[in-house]
Amino acid sequence: MPELIKAKEPFTFRTRLHLSELTGLRATTLGQLLDIIRSVPGSCIYHHTHRFLQQHQYLSPEPPNDFAYWVTDILGEDELGEMLVSIDTMQYSAIRDLREKIASTIENYLKDNPLAKLKFARSGEEFHFIKSVSFVLSTNYIAHDLNEFAQILKKVTIDSIYFHIFEARLRLEKQTNDFSYWIENSLGDKELAGKISGFDPYTHALEDLRNKLVRMIERKIAG
Amino acid sequence: MAKIEEYIPIVGQPIVDDLRLLGDKLKGKVVQHINSTPVGGGVAEILNRMVPMLRELGVDTKWDVIKGGEQFFEVTKKFHNALHGRTEEISRRDFEVFMETSQQNIEDVDTYGDIVFVHDPQPIALIKKKAGNKWLWRCHIDVSNPNEKVWGFLMDFIVKYDSAVFSAPAFSRKLPIRQFLISPSIDPLSDKNKELPEEIIDSVLRKYDIKKDKPIITQISRFDRLKDPVGVIEAYQKVKKYSDCQLILAGGTAEDDPEGFKVLGEVKEKAKDDPDVHILLLSQNDIEVNALQRASDVIIQKSLREGFGLTVSEALWKAKPVVASNVGGIPLQIKHKYSGLLCHSVEGASFAIKQLLNSPGYAKRLGENGREHIKNNFLITRHLRDYMLLFLSLYYPEDVVYLY
Repeated sequence: MPELIKAKEPFTFRTRLHLSELTGLRATTLGQLLDIIRSVPGSCIYHHTHRFLQQHQYLSPEPPNDFAYWVTDILGEDELGEMLVSIDTMQYSAIRDLREKIASTIENYLKDNPLAKLKFARSGEEFHFIKSVSFVLSTNYIAHDLNEFAQILKKVTIDSIYFHIFEARLRLEKQTNDFSYWIENSLGDKELAGKISGFDPYTHALEDLRNKLVRMIERKIAG
Repeated sequence: MAKIEEYIPIVGQPIVDDLRLLGDKLKGKVVQHINSTPVGGGVAEILNRMVPMLRELGVDTKWDVIKGGEQFFEVTKKFHNALHGRTEEISRRDFEVFMETSQQNIEDVDTYGDIVFVHDPQPIALIKKKAGNKWLWRCHIDVSNPNEKVWGFLMDFIVKYDSAVFSAPAFSRKLPIRQFLISPSIDPLSDKNKELPEEIIDSVLRKYDIKKDKPIITQISRFDRLKDPVGVIEAYQKVKKYSDCQLILAGGTAEDDPEGFKVLGEVKEKAKDDPDVHILLLSQNDIEVNALQRASDVIIQKSLREGFGLTVSEALWKAKPVVASNVGGIPLQIKHKYSGLLCHSVEGASFAIKQLLNSPGYAKRLGENGREHIKNNFLITRHLRDYMLLFLSLYYPEDVVYLY
């Protein structure tokens, strides 16, 4: 086994916990959904496109965002639902761009399918807009080399992995994820950093994502 | 009462570590809960479990109770029903009674907490004492379709709080204050939810003369029209034509609820003399409820309205496939076809039950997904986390809060 490089700066695992704040805004039709999507805070778009990853992590590797779910299951607009669910979240490093993509997808669909404007949700099935309030805290887990990093990665919460991979990249508009950034800048391992930032985290259930990261790092340690 | 450590085998060490981190951030703050009763009712049940756990996490937590006479509680019961959308005659005198008792409590109750956490409408007027401290109002009621007169009356108080908390998105309104979504929770170590040995489950079945020779469908609920027990029997009867099965309808006694006995009569009438319908009037016995849920093949919750419907979480925690109405907090607990089946009618319920009885593999998968969903979102550890985040939010207005 090659000797492990000590990091220039240790990696402190942080965790991100969220509280759901209600906005009192609700949509009954696609037109209302569109208007509100355009005007709510970014933390609201974030909530509805990323909540599934955490709350339903065991179900499917695909992130079926709340908009897609509502459009398909409540309004019965399967085609639009498919368009929304297949938006490549990975492409967008800023929430405003993701918002624009979602809004323009709905807008274009309504232009092509004007009858869809007439569909409305039954009472009790409206779309309720919620926003995520995030609290970021340092955990007591600190890695000084790749081995410690892999061991900690096995036991930190899903929230912590979520924070370092998704939150850092998208909501805080960083171009890469925290793990790749540290591995490249503090350990000087560009190759491993590139491999980690190269795969699409949105197509993995979070536990699979953890396992894949651990395997990738352990292979690297074993040389 | 279980200690925090005892939850580690269930939720994992890091989740408990997070709770401790949050507890540390609240050092020095006194959180004062205020409600209307120390025992009985859902709020007292939750506080009895949560207060000691918050203390164990280092949050200086107190719990005070307001006083009120019979007349006051009659009025607040009317308020409760009216907020749930029931037709109630509410007179000017009722509001006067509410305010007279509230005034007495304003004079008598010391609101010393750095954070004063008021539960439900009964103590709501205490907000008049707000000084430099932070105030939260926790609404445990389904207010999606409230009597506007009562809601308007309460609104004058609500807007003076720093934040309000609701159990489901549909309960929220546009308010000039911050409002948060915090669902209730179940305690996996309580008698109602802990693991049970097979012998106990079998002994409960024997006690009620229920054999395990055919699939068991169960609804655990009070005998209340809003829980639609008659609809449950109708759904069972439709299933029974195709799949031999048995039904358990089990619920608490209804001593203080004359309507409950009437509903029970209707249920018995509907069941006629079908030996496969077991109508059980349970006294408060959590172990028996637990055993009946664990003995079941399908759990049903066919409510017409529901504050939150924690019986669904209880069933899913036991990895049982659940068929439930799409009302109140139920759709938060069940994603249709992922972690259970949602329905809107007797026909829909019977179709879903048939599906589950005929496809045991599918039923098993829904139950397992459901258990995982409850583990991640509806256990008391998540509830503690949300409450501590809520307390912190009072001091940080931003959408992203850095606490390191």
